[in-house]
Amino acid sequence: MMPAACELELKGITKRFGNTVANDNVSFCIRKGEVIALVGENGAGKSTLMNIMYGMLQPDEGQILYRGKPITLRSPSNAIALGIGMVHQHFMLSPSLTVAENIVLGYNPGKEFFWNPSKFDQEIAKLQEEFDIQVPLHVPVSELSVGKMQRVEIIKALYRKAEILILDEPTAVLTPQEASELFNTIRKLTANGKTVVFISHKLREIMEIADRIVALRGGKIAGSAMREDVTIRDIARMMIGADIKGIQKGQQEKGEVLLQVKDLCYDSETRQGALDHVSFELHAGEILGVAGVEGNGQTELAEALIGVLKPSSGTILMRGRDITKDTVTQRLHGGMAHIPQDRMTEGLALNLSIAKNVITGRHNRKEISEHGIMKWNNVNAYAKELIGQYSIKANSEQDTCGSLSGGNMQKIVVARELSAEPDVVIACQPTRGVDIGSSEYIRQSLENVRANGGTVLLISADLDEIMDLSDRIMVMYNGRKSGEVNRADANETLLGEMMFADSREDQHEEE
Amino acid sequence: MEEIFAGMIRTATPILLAALGGILCEKVGVFNIALEGLMLFGAFFGVYAVSLTGEPLMALLAALAVGAIGGLIYVILVELLKTDATIASIGMNTFALGLTTYLMKMVFGDEGSIRSANIVGFSKLEIPWLEKIPFIGKVLGGHTVLVYVSLLLVILMQIFIYKTRTGINLRAVGENPLAATSAGISVKRYRIISVVVAGMLCGLAGVHLSLGYVTMFTENMTGGRGFFSYTAVVFGQANPVIVMIASFVFGLSETLAYRFQQSGVPVPLVLTIPYVITVIALIIRNVRIKKTKRLIEGKVE
Repeated sequence: MMPAACELELKGITKRFGNTVANDNVSFCIRKGEVIALVGENGAGKSTLMNIMYGMLQPDEGQILYRGKPITLRSPSNAIALGIGMVHQHFMLSPSLTVAENIVLGYNPGKEFFWNPSKFDQEIAKLQEEFDIQVPLHVPVSELSVGKMQRVEIIKALYRKAEILILDEPTAVLTPQEASELFNTIRKLTANGKTVVFISHKLREIMEIADRIVALRGGKIAGSAMREDVTIRDIARMMIGADIKGIQKGQQEKGEVLLQVKDLCYDSETRQGALDHVSFELHAGEILGVAGVEGNGQTELAEALIGVLKPSSGTILMRGRDITKDTVTQRLHGGMAHIPQDRMTEGLALNLSIAKNVITGRHNRKEISEHGIMKWNNVNAYAKELIGQYSIKANSEQDTCGSLSGGNMQKIVVARELSAEPDVVIACQPTRGVDIGSSEYIRQSLENVRANGGTVLLISADLDEIMDLSDRIMVMYNGRKSGEVNRADANETLLGEMMFADSREDQHEEE
Repeated sequence: MEEIFAGMIRTATPILLAALGGILCEKVGVFNIALEGLMLFGAFFGVYAVSLTGEPLMALLAALAVGAIGGLIYVILVELLKTDATIASIGMNTFALGLTTYLMKMVFGDEGSIRSANIVGFSKLEIPWLEKIPFIGKVLGGHTVLVYVSLLLVILMQIFIYKTRTGINLRAVGENPLAATSAGISVKRYRIISVVVAGMLCGLAGVHLSLGYVTMFTENMTGGRGFFSYTAVVFGQANPVIVMIASFVFGLSETLAYRFQQSGVPVPLVLTIPYVITVIALIIRNVRIKKTKRLIEGKVE
C-alpha cells in the first residue's frame, strides 16, 4: 500500500531552553487518518514537541509543513485556524460555564455580537451524532465527571474544525471503561478522516490504539515503527535505550497480621472525601494494592493510617496494639512509613538540601542529633550513603531537592522512608510522573519490603502497577471498599467494574 | 419616606458606578481595591476642570480621562509588571489621597476643602412623565444625569456579561485564564480594557460625589466608598443587579446616618453604620464561598 501524503510534517525541529536541548533535530510525518503515538519518558521532549505543534512554543530551528506548505505557528489561534486541535492533560474548561458555552468559547468566525445558543446547539448536536460523543450540553462543566469533561474538550476541538487532534496523556485520568470509550471515539475520528496524535507512556494502550509509534528519548527521535512490527518490549527499549529488567518477585508466605483496620470512618462535607466503614488487614510479606478512580477516599485512607487525619470512628491496630490515637511521630517510630502522593508539597522541602530532607522526621535519632545539637557530619555521611545506595543523580548531598528531576526527587522520598526499615509502608502513587528506570527501582524497593517480611499498602492510579506488584487488590469507590480480590483472580474488566460498583453487600460479606 | 429613598439612590450612585467597574475587574480576574483612589482622582480633577472652565461637561470628561489613566497605570502594574495586586491597590489609594490633598492646597490655597463660585454642579434632570407617578416619581425623579446613567449601565452590563460573546469571553478569562488562552482569547487584552473601563467608571463615581449633590471637593472626600463598592461587588457575586441592590443598601445606611445625625444620636456611632454593614457582608460572603467551594471541589475531584 502506498503511504498517504503527510498531513503535518516536522522537519529538523530543535528547541533549546538555556543549555538544555528539549528537542534535537526532530523530524517525522503525520499521515491523514492515522493514529500516531508519540511515546517517551518524562523529560524526553514530548510536551515541548506538542506545544510546538500547537503554536504555544516556537522552534529555534526547523520547519513545520501543513499539507506540504511551510507554516509558522505563533499562537494556538494560528494552529486552530489551520485545523490543529489539542486536548490538554489538564482540561482547559471554565467550570461555571455550561458545556455548550465552553465549546463555543472564543470561537466566533461570524463575528457575532450576541450569544446565539439556538444556532450553535444544533451545530454541536450534529457533531455529537457524527462522532457518537454523548455529553449533556446545558449543565455547568463543574457537574461533569472527568471522562465527560474530556469529551467536551474533543467536541470543542471538532467544533473549531480540527483535522488533526493532539491528545496529551488522555487516559491518565480515566477508568479502564472510560478509556475504552475514548478509544472507540478515536476510531470513529480516524474513520471520518481525522488524524490523531496520541501522547502517552502507557505502552499497553499504545499497542491497542496506535497505527504508528514514534519514540522520543533525550529530545531526539529514538525510533519509529508500525504497530504490527513491534512488541511492548521493543517500544520500551526505544524509550529508555536499554532493556527493562522486570521486577524480581520472590515467593512469600503470608505471615502474621501487621496492620488491622476496622470500620474506619471519616466524615467529610463531600461524599468524595469521606471514608465509610473501611476494614482490611495487612499481613507480613504481602502487598495490598488499592485501586480506584482518584478521589474516592484513597488519600483520606492513607492520611488516616499515617495519622494526619483524625478518623471519626473505627480503629487501627498495629501488631495488635491500638494506634488510632497515636501521633504521626509515634507511628513513624513504631515502624510505619509513608510515601505521600505529592512529593513536591508533602514529600520534600524543595528548597532544602538532600541531606536535610533525608533526615526529616528522623532528626531525633541518636546518630542525627544529641541534646538538641545536630551532628551535620553524620547527616551528610548518611545522605551520601543513601544517594549511592538508591543511585540518586545529584552532584552532592548539598543540592537542593527542587533542582532534581521528578524521578530523583521521588527516590529521595523512598530512600528516606525505606531506610528506617519499616514494617508497614503506606505508598501513595509512588511512581507517578517518574521515569521508567526510577519506577522500576522504586517498585523493586517496595517488593524488597515485602520480601523482608514487611507489608505495603500500595495506593495507585496506575492499574498496571497494582497488577504487577500486589498480592491482593482492593478497590475503593465513594469512600467504601467496593471489592477485594486475589491478584490471581483479578483482571482489568473486573477491577474496572468494581471502581463503579456500589456494592455495599459485598463488603459486608467480606467482613 | 420618599426623601429617604431618593437620598438612598443619590448616595448609592457613586458606590454603584465604582462597583460596576469592580464587576468588570472581578469578572476578568483582576483583584482591584484601588477603586477608592481612582474615585478620589475623579472627584478632584472633575472639580479642578470645572473651576477652570465653568463647564460641568469638562468635569465629566476630565474625570473619565483621569480614571482611564489611573486604571491603565494600575493594570500595567498588576498585569504586565506582575506587582502584587493588594500592594498596588494600597499604593494607588495612598497616592491618590496624597496627590489630591497636595494639589488642593497648591492650587486652591491652604484649606481643607474647595468651594468657589466657578464650581458648577450637575443640573438636575426634569422628566415630567416620571415625576407624575406617585411615590416612584418622588424617588426616581429629579436626579442628575449620572444617576440615570448608572441605572442604565446596570441593565446594559447585565446584558453584556450574560448575553454577548464578548461578555462570555470576559467571564472565561476570569475563571480559567489558561482555558481562555487555549480557546484563542487574549487574556491580557481583556484585562487591560476591563480595568481601564473600570477606572473610567470610578472617575464618574468620583465626579458625581463632588459635583452631583454637593459642589465642592474636600480632603479624602471618598471616605471609604471605594471599599463599599468592592464589598458590594463581592457580596453581589459580581452580578450587576445584585450589586446594585447591595449598593442601595450602602446608600440607605449612609442616608439614614445623616438623618440620625440630626436627631441627636451620637454622630461617630451613626457614622459607623456603613462600615459595620461592610463587615457583616464580608462575613456572610465568606461563609457562602466556603460552602460553594466545598461543593465545587467535591464535584471536580
